[in-house]
This record gives sequence, C-alpha cells and structure tokens, in this order.
Amino acid sequence: MSKQLVVSHAGAGLSPCDIADNFADLHPPLDRGAAAAEASRCLYCYDAPCMNACPTHIDIPGFIHQIATDNALGAAQRILNENIMGGTCARACPTEILCEGACVVNKTEGAPVKIGQLQRFAVDRLLDAPSPHPFGRAPASGRRMAVVGAGPAGLSFAHRAAMLGHDVDVYEARPKAGGLNEYGLATYKMVDDFAQREVAFLLGIGGIALHSGKMLGRDIHLDDLAREYDAVFLALGLGGAARLDVPGEELSGVGDALGFISRLRQEADKSAVAVGGQVVVIGGGNTAIDAAMQARCLGAASVTLAYRRGPEQMGATAWEQDLARLNGIAIRTWAQPVAIEGDGHVERVRFAVTELVDGRLAATGETFVLPADQVLVAVGQQMVRTGLDGLRADGAKLWVDDDYQTSRPGIFAGGDCIRRGDDLTVQAVEDGKQAAVRVDARLRAKGRD
Amino acid sequence: MADLHCNIAGVASINPFWLASAPPTDKKINVERAFRAGWGGAVWKTVTVDPPVINVASRYGVHKDHHGTILGINNNELISDRPLDVNLREIEELRREWPDRVIIGSLMAVLDEQAWKEVAIKLANAGVQGIELNLGCPHGMCERGMGSAIGQVAELVEKTTRWVREAVDLPVFTKLTPNITDILVPAEAAHKGGAHAVSLINTINSIVSVDLQRMAPRPTVDTAGTHGGYCGSAVKPIALNMVAEIARDPALKDLEISAIGGITTWSDAAEFIALGASGVQVCTAAMLYGFRIVDDMIDGLGRFMDQQGYRTLDDFRGKARAHVVDWNALNMNFDVKAHIDTASCIECGRCHIACEDTAHQAIRIETGDDGSRRFTVDDAECVGCNLCQHVCPVAGCIEMRVVENGLPPLTWPEHPLNPLRADPQTVSV
Ligand SMILES: Cc1cc2nc3c(=O)[nH]c(=O)nc-3n(C[C@H](O)[C@H](O)[C@H](O)COP(=O)(O)OP(=O)(O)OC[C@H]3O[C@@H](n4cnc5c(N)ncnc54)[C@H](O)[C@@H]3O)c2cc1C
Ligand SMILES: Cc1cc2nc3c(=O)[nH]c(=O)nc-3n(C[C@H](O)[C@H](O)[C@H](O)COP(=O)(O)O)c2cc1C
Ligand code: SF4
Repeated sequence: MSKQLVVSHAGAGLSPCDIADNFADLHPPLDRGAAAAEASRCLYCYDAPCMNACPTHIDIPGFIHQIATDNALGAAQRILNENIMGGTCARACPTEILCEGACVVNKTEGAPVKIGQLQRFAVDRLLDAPSPHPFGRAPASGRRMAVVGAGPAGLSFAHRAAMLGHDVDVYEARPKAGGLNEYGLATYKMVDDFAQREVAFLLGIGGIALHSGKMLGRDIHLDDLAREYDAVFLALGLGGAARLDVPGEELSGVGDALGFISRLRQEADKSAVAVGGQVVVIGGGNTAIDAAMQARCLGAASVTLAYRRGPEQMGATAWEQDLARLNGIAIRTWAQPVAIEGDGHVERVRFAVTELVDGRLAATGETFVLPADQVLVAVGQQMVRTGLDGLRADGAKLWVDDDYQTSRPGIFAGGDCIRRGDDLTVQAVEDGKQAAVRVDARLRAKGRD
Repeated sequence: MADLHCNIAGVASINPFWLASAPPTDKKINVERAFRAGWGGAVWKTVTVDPPVINVASRYGVHKDHHGTILGINNNELISDRPLDVNLREIEELRREWPDRVIIGSLMAVLDEQAWKEVAIKLANAGVQGIELNLGCPHGMCERGMGSAIGQVAELVEKTTRWVREAVDLPVFTKLTPNITDILVPAEAAHKGGAHAVSLINTINSIVSVDLQRMAPRPTVDTAGTHGGYCGSAVKPIALNMVAEIARDPALKDLEISAIGGITTWSDAAEFIALGASGVQVCTAAMLYGFRIVDDMIDGLGRFMDQQGYRTLDDFRGKARAHVVDWNALNMNFDVKAHIDTASCIECGRCHIACEDTAHQAIRIETGDDGSRRFTVDDAECVGCNLCQHVCPVAGCIEMRVVENGLPPLTWPEHPLNPLRADPQTVSV
C-alpha cells in the first residue's frame, strides 16, 4: 500500500498539522508481531537472488531468519556487516528494482517479502538499544587516511577503514555530515533526524575525526592531503544542480529542486517552507518525483511533472511514478521546456511537444503552456571540479581503476563522483566499503615489501 | 560475547552445537562443510561391521503446518551404506585437518560382543573423541536385531554399553530410543552399563501421511510404505520431557546428557541446556536449511547469554531443572485470570469462541452502537487455563494476571478435599 497524502483543494491551504502528517514515514515501521509474520514469508533461499540484487550483498535470508528466531540484534549486525548504512538504505533504497524486485516470493504470492521494512525493523532495534558499537577495531596500523565528503560513500569508507585499524580524518564542506542522507533524501523517508542518529552511531566505532566546514579547493588542498596521509578517499558526490538553459530561468519562483528539498530537510517546522499553488517540476528522475511529492505534501494545489522523453525513459521507478500519480501529481511526458515566462515572478512555462525520430529526440512543432507560480528544476546534478586539478575524468565524473584508485596514485574515489552502478545511497556505501578494503590491502602489501 | 565452549563427558567442544548421527554426517565432504560453517562437532553416521546396508527409494515423508512449513520429517533410512574402512579413513583425515572439532563415532551391531568391541576399537583407532551406541533406529535395523530392538530391552542396553566401555578408553554415549514407556528404564540401564552420557532422542515410530490415491503410506516404495522414524521440530516437546525426566532423577545425576530432538534455533538449544543438557545435537534443521543455520544458533545463544549476564553455559545449565516437578508438587492456591487489553484487541473473536465452546464460558462480548465488539473476561468464570491467550493472534493483548489471594502454597497431597490426604501431622517435613 502506498502513502496517501492529505491534499489541498483549490484555494484552501493545509494546516501545519496536515503538513506534518504528510511528511510522516512513507512506510510506517513494522512492530515485532508484524515483523515476525513478514519474516515467516521468507523462503530462506540459498544464494538468494535478493542478496545478489543488493549492491552491498547483505545476507538477506540470514537476517530475516534471525528476525524469525527473535534475534533482531543479530539480524542487525548481519546487515551492518555489509552495509553500515543499512538503516538509511532500508528507508531510501528503491527496493522494487533491487532486493524486492528479485524476491522469488513475487512468483509464488505476487508480492515480495518486505525486505526493506524488515531491514529497518532490525537496524532500528540495534540503534535504539543502548549498546556498545557492534564492531571492534583491528590493532592500530599506525596509518592515517583522509576522506573528503561525509556522504554515504565517505562515511562508509571511514567506518571500514577504522575497523581495519586505521585512523581517519573526514573533511566535509557542509555544516552537517551525512551528505544527501541529510540534505537530499525525501523528508518522509528520513523522519526523526535519522541521518544524524545514524552518523552518530557510525562514528561510535572510534578513530574517525570529523572536520566540518572544510571544503576541498578552499580550506584544504589535494597536494597537502596527499603529502600528509597514507591514502586519500574522495567522496564528493555530485555537488551542483544542472541548469535548464532556457530563457526565464532567472525569474523569481524558479529554483533547483535539490535546494528546495534541502531547505525542507533542514526546517524543523515544514509548514514554514513556502510553496506555490501551481507547481511545475521539470525532470524525470527520482529527484523530480521527490520534489513534486514534497510540494504536494506542503499543500500545492496543482503539481505537474514535465519530462522531455517517454515514461519508459524516466529515471524514476514505476513504483515512484505510481506513488506520484496516486497523490494527484500529473505526469506530462514528451514535454521539453523552451521558455519560462512572467513579469519578475514566474507565471507560466512554455513547452515543445517532442517525439523520437530515428531514436533521437525531436520537436513535433506543437507547443503548449502550463500556468505556474513555482518551477522546480530537477534535470540532474553535475560534478563540481574545484580542487581536483590533474585527476583524469571519465565523462563528467572521476576516472578510477578496479581498485577505486584515481589517475593519481594514493588518491582514491567512490560514490556518485565515479561511474560505477547507479547513483544510489546503497551503491555509495558499497563503493566506500570496497575502496577501504582495497586501500587496506594495498597498504599492507606495500608494508611487507 | 559470552563463552560458548562446552565440555560433555570429558569431550571439549568450541560450542555446544553438534550434528547428530544422520545424513548430514554421512561423509567427509558433508562434515567438512559443517565444520567450515561453524559446527562444534559431528556424531558420524552410524557404522557397523561390513557388508554395508542397502537403502531404498524414496526415503523421506514430511508433516507440514497449514503455511506449508515442515514440522517434522519421517525417514526409512538405515545406517551408513558405505564400507567401514572408507568411513574410518575419512574420520582419520578430518581429525587431522580439524583438530579443534569433535568427531564422535556412532556404531551398532547385532547382539554379539565380538562385533561391538571390534567396531568400537576401530573407531577409537581412527581418532574419534567418543563412541555413541545407536540403540534407537526404529525401522529396518531393528528387524535385524539391532537399533531399537536392543534399545527397548533394559538388560541389552546395559550389556552393550558395558561391552563398549570395556573395549575402549573413551567417553561412551548411549543413544536412547523414545519408543518405550518410561525413558528412565533405558537411562538407568545405560548408567549401570557405565555410560558417561546418554544421547536422546532418536526418532519416533511414525507414519507421516497416507497417499489417498495410491492407498499407501508416504514415503511409498513401489506400492507400499513402512513406518519410519519421526524427527524435526514436532518432536522437541517429547525430547524436552525425556531429557527433563533423566536430568531430575537423583540416581542419574552424574549421567551427562547430549540432547537431541527438533532443535532448530538457538532458543531451542538454550531450553535443553536449561534443563541440564551439556550439549545438543541437530539433524533435521540442518537437513531442511543447510549448515548455515548454526550461525544464528551461535549468535543468538551468545546474545541471550550476554543479555542475561551468563558468561558460560555452566552459568545457566540446569537452571530450569529444579522447576520441573511432579503434578503433586504444584501450588493449588496460585491463581491467574485472563485480562484482555481492549486497546490492542482486533476483535477477531478467537478467544471468545475457544472459551465458549471448549473451556469455561468466561469471555463476554458487548457490541457497541457502531457494531464494534468489546471482549471482556468474567473473573468469576475464568479458571486461568490460558487457552484464550494462546489462540489470540495479537502478542501481548491477553495477559494472565496473578490473583493476589494471600493464600499460602498448598499441594494436592495437603489439600483438604483430597480423600487420600495424609494426616497433616505425618505430612510435616
Ligand atoms: C534529491 C535526491 C534524492 C535522492 N533519493 C534517493 C533515494 O531515495 N534512494 C537512493 O538510494 N538514492 C537517492 N539519491 C541518490 C543518493 O542520495 C546518492 O547516490 C548518494 O548520496 C551518493 O553518496 P555520495 O557519498 O557519493 O555523495 P553525497 O551524498 O552527495 O555526499 C557528498 C558529500 O561531499 C561533500 N562535498 C562535496 N564537495 C566537497 C568539497 N569540495 N569539499 C568537501 N566536501 C565536499 C558534500 O557536502 C556531501 O556531504 C537521491 C539523490 C538526490 C539528489
Ligand atoms: C534420515 C535420517 C537418518 C538417521 N540416521 C541415524 C543413524 O544412522 N544413527 C543414529 O544414531 N541416528 C540417526 N538418525 C536420528 C538422528 O540422529 C536424530 O536422533 C533424530 O533425527 C532427532 O533429531 P532432529 O529432530 O534434530 O532431527 C537419523 C535421522 C534421520 C532423519
Ligand atoms: S535431494 Fe533430490 S537430488 Fe538429492 S539425492 Fe535426494 S532426491 Fe536426489
């Protein structure tokens, strides 16, 4: 069952209370009884398809079996073994295209085991229990590592490196750690300040020093880091929002979707964030859906998502598109914005109707106009290359070898800023974990020479 | 984390989880996989003097609950169908390669002293850390005068146990059959014969289902079936009782127990240990899920012990034993009444119909104007039987509350309504 929002009808705004309800958990957490019942649906497959569909390869049948034996803490540890951000992933992963999409119970019962929700059940038990950090550290290696960027990739690297006995300094440009867990994921996926609670848990292993407000290229420099540390891990994500490059983009009321979301995430009272009455979101990925949904949560009477290609090409999963439609968001495909118009403030967006001609996007010549008092642009993020001089690029991202090493020896990179898998939290966590293991192996091999 | 090392009849093990003598311990390749998965020990599949037995097909039938989960397996398999020297060589190799794990040799033979002693000595020479006597196999082997044919006769249990004791200088485990009336009889016989420990239970005589098309029991071999041995989680309650009976018999207090029967999770194992078992053996759960289940057995048991503050298995071994008593020792003045939490009640009515039809008509329904139903317990009618709580699908919704009646403990032998009550003067301790 998908979440249904309290919606606003033309003219009538939502009460702060309705707005707070709209931002509550997308999937309410399972209680013990529901978790046990759900766990009993798992067939405990061997070499399970779900496990192979998870980028971090969590032993899913193993942890679900442990929930079934009433060993939720053991289940949590098994999850965190492979994915230290199992808590965020349980909330944010598009499970319909990952583990749950691969679940064999889809074939026998038509619906998968709720792996994400079971994962959340277990990890929440552990995070809520006043217990010592569940992972110990290997004997001190005497080595120091620098991480730039405290998003999922950077923190996952730091945690694994600390586990392997290294000391880690993490440099982060923003005031808070967590990366897009803190500033990007939809509000209703990360209620109750979960990103910060998870960061605190993760740092509980010890050996990781967090330096926030330190930006690479401004406060710290690659050459210095390379000199001072045994290894450097770049986990910068994709900083900047891409622009539309159409006339009128500078009008007031037009902004990037990520900025809108991060403002919402940082605001304690969500109803304090302004929203238009007629919102147009431009883009077809998850960010576009998230922005449209959250505008709707705030009470926007009409929200239209416009995408220049067809529904099959949309980055948002089918489940997310359904969620948006269910909540009254209109999705217009084959619509390319050509101009944003208005007198100081945006009043309308003009679109060209598109089609595929020999596989290439082309305008049909037809146009249409959508009235709008707010436009949210979600057409992707671009890497900010400040401070990365001399590193080889791979398209718009950083080039790395199979061991996550950039073109400069000793400098490694992972997460959204490299090209490996999808741009998802879970992939970033896997990159961080694997990179730490590879760096550790290299350093130890070198130590023996 | 708690220390799971255990010692049973002088055999030290890294954890209390052993595989029982059965298909999972049939060959080196299986046992090696088991050791790699973390099992502390394995009781090798039962061997005897050559020639080896020949098995039939099919071999297994199952009993399922209505979700399709297997509750129990029934099998008609015999003992090892490979030559004795192949088994011995593999045991020898594994002992060398896995010095920290336990291998116990299991044997059976006809009632011939020479045969018992010869195989026991060969197993000892292969390096096993103990010998288990299989006196339990309830099908096939008993028709040849082995297995339960011996295990059901006390004198023969004692005699075969003694033969093995005389033959080898190793801990001896006598494995008991549950297919008897009183488990204490073979247990005492094993003790008299010099057993260091008893292993129990072996499988229970059973027909697991009848194929209504072929009109024959399952598993069906050609056109017919035989009774087989029943095992798996369905037999755990029977095994718990038999283990408790032996554990609380003062005459058997120095007889150690290797508990077997339906152990599937860490808590199953903990229950047997709480009743006094030194270690446990598992067969069916491994057959159904693979050796990997030992992971959670180890992890879950360790976490349970940490939570309870038990550092070693000895800290809670036998802790429940003193609380297993005869019915006559129960306190008849103790009283509980069911209490239904209306806030969490889902109004399914299961408690009402169970009590109304088959217990004491103590659960009332009030229907509100909106059609909602409120279930309450009439304390005057409730006898505290617990049935409603068991059938309630909502955990914690029905609570059995203790009635503070201020009465002192009173047992049936002391009860005023007991016509056979002894004179209070003579009852006094
Ligand atoms: C709006 C939005 C919604 C999303 N929703 C989902 C979702 O529901 N599920 C999902 O799986 N994925 C989602 N994603 C993708 C997911 O958030 C990313 O794949 C993931 O966060 C990438 O992790 P990362 O560590 O590589 O980068 P980031 O999370 O971007 O972290 C990078 C960190 O580096 C810091 N940094 C950048 N430059 C510098 C510098 N020069 N100096 C110092 N620090 C710097 C940043 O401040 C940031 O903290 C979403 C993305 C967006 C934009
Ligand atoms: C297929 C099968 C074969 C077995 N063979 C033997 C055997 O050779 N020797 C023996 O002592 N017990 C044998 N057993 C009994 C088991 O060792 C064990 O005592 C019994 O299955 C109960 O434990 P469980 O409920 O964990 O399965 C066998 C059980 C099964 C299912
Ligand atoms: S498990 Fe299946 S494949 Fe394996 S031996 Fe038995 S019947 Fe054959």
